[in-house]
Amino acid sequence: MSTKQLTKSDLVSIFIRSNFLLGSFNFERMQAIGFCVSLIPALKKLYKDDPEEYKRSLKRHLEFFNTQPFLATPIMGIIAAMEEKKANGADISEGTLSGVKVGLIGPLAGVGDPIFWGTLRPVLAALGAGIALTGSIIGPLIFFVAFNVIRLLTNWYGVMYGYDKGTELVDEMGGNKMRYLTEGSSVLGLLVMGALVAKWTSVNMPLVLSEYDNSAGEHVVTTLQSILDSLMPSIVPLLMTFACMYLLKKGMNPLLIIVGLFAIGIVGYAVGLFA
Amino acid sequence: MTSMQFILLIVVAMVAGMASVLDEAQFHRPLVACTLVGLVLGDVTTGIILGGTLEMLALGWMNVGAAMAPDAALASVVSAILVIVGHQSIGAGIALAVPLAAAGQVLTIFVRTITVFFQHLADKFAAEGNAFGIEMCHLGGLLLQGIRVAVPAALVAIVAGTDTVNAMLNSIPEVITRGLQVSGGFIVVVGYAMVINMMNAKSLMPYFFLGFLLAVFTDINLIGFGAIGLICAYFHIKGLERELNVAASGASTGNPVDDVDDSDLM
Repeated sequence: MSTKQLTKSDLVSIFIRSNFLLGSFNFERMQAIGFCVSLIPALKKLYKDDPEEYKRSLKRHLEFFNTQPFLATPIMGIIAAMEEKKANGADISEGTLSGVKVGLIGPLAGVGDPIFWGTLRPVLAALGAGIALTGSIIGPLIFFVAFNVIRLLTNWYGVMYGYDKGTELVDEMGGNKMRYLTEGSSVLGLLVMGALVAKWTSVNMPLVLSEYDNSAGEHVVTTLQSILDSLMPSIVPLLMTFACMYLLKKGMNPLLIIVGLFAIGIVGYAVGLFA
Repeated sequence: MTSMQFILLIVVAMVAGMASVLDEAQFHRPLVACTLVGLVLGDVTTGIILGGTLEMLALGWMNVGAAMAPDAALASVVSAILVIVGHQSIGAGIALAVPLAAAGQVLTIFVRTITVFFQHLADKFAAEGNAFGIEMCHLGGLLLQGIRVAVPAALVAIVAGTDTVNAMLNSIPEVITRGLQVSGGFIVVVGYAMVINMMNAKSLMPYFFLGFLLAVFTDINLIGFGAIGLICAYFHIKGLERELNVAASGASTGNPVDDVDDSDLM
């Protein structure tokens, strides 16, 4: 039997298809079709002489799959490498293949969600949005370009590295490295979130508490905001953040919280508490 | 609106809808979608400002696992059309975005449910060895997500700017639009709260307070905070490594600290 070998261009096809992983997301098997479609270039090549195994391979990659989309790519690489070995006669059962997939989707989502959805996107989006409020195109551009460069590099190296390392990577991912990566990015994300709570919120409470002329003849106005500013600026958004965290943990719908905050803003504006 | 603008608008809405399920290129985020709608309709500045405002609102909207967040795609595209074509305030745009995000959420959940049908169709194609069929099932789901934003956007684009719609939008009292704009200053806390909850790392909260205090009492910009964050992450990982090595009594292999590349710092 001649050896069947995946080429670079097969892996490039997988990379291109990986950018559409979630296209047919459904509540039954989630990213299953997307995963299968991403692997089709490899399966077609490996099993072109074995139609029965080809059908089985399509079927086995239509099983439940769901993880952080950018970190699905190392799994695609690993599975492509394992399918290649299998097509060349290695004793890899369907159970092993689905075991690797099921074993990796949880840990990779656990790493990918805090890095990409918890840190990278909100930080870049807040940076871009802050600039966009001034009407500058730099805002949307910085977000779009920076996010996509990092995403495409992740998807590219995910497929390539996963294929090169194969099952070796499975052990590596179980080690401490992943934990360092997750915690490190959470540290960065939380520090920036703390800064954003102070920097990119604005609450102004112009409610006048006292008004008098001092001995130098200056007119002194003390507002609620000036007292808060002398104690701890941005304390109101900080407390609001904690209140939201509490309500979200209680299972409240975020849209309902947003509507509630709007109501507070409108009533506050109407009675002169906020401006 | 010219017919060319109308067609481009449908393309933008279609792309935003597809991006909302893919969650790859981020065309569905307000910052990108509103800017594109502004570009098509000839008022890119309003699009950018509305996009920045709505992005703050939607900062924490993310699809993690099987949970569905409010839908940024429909909210961004439709409110941008109404604000730009109908010459409405940013405040009115915020007011419209919230119900639209809820409506979009219902639509995407509906599409993700009927896509189960494509899943079973794909099983049938797999049994026949028909890869093309599976690819078409994939494409079908993707297109439905585009259509669920493009159709509402087209309907709104047809009626936007007409006297009836403008009268309706103008009848929103000023206390509401001004109040919404005031809330726009702090509505982003919901997003921050969602992100912090998602990270679910109580023991790391001191870093959050450090960031908060530094931002309150200094003028460091966001790039500076990124650098400080990387340094904190470096020391945190070092500490964690020591802790784990002690626990495993030196059984650990490799030196993961090498992963913290110094060149990232600036």
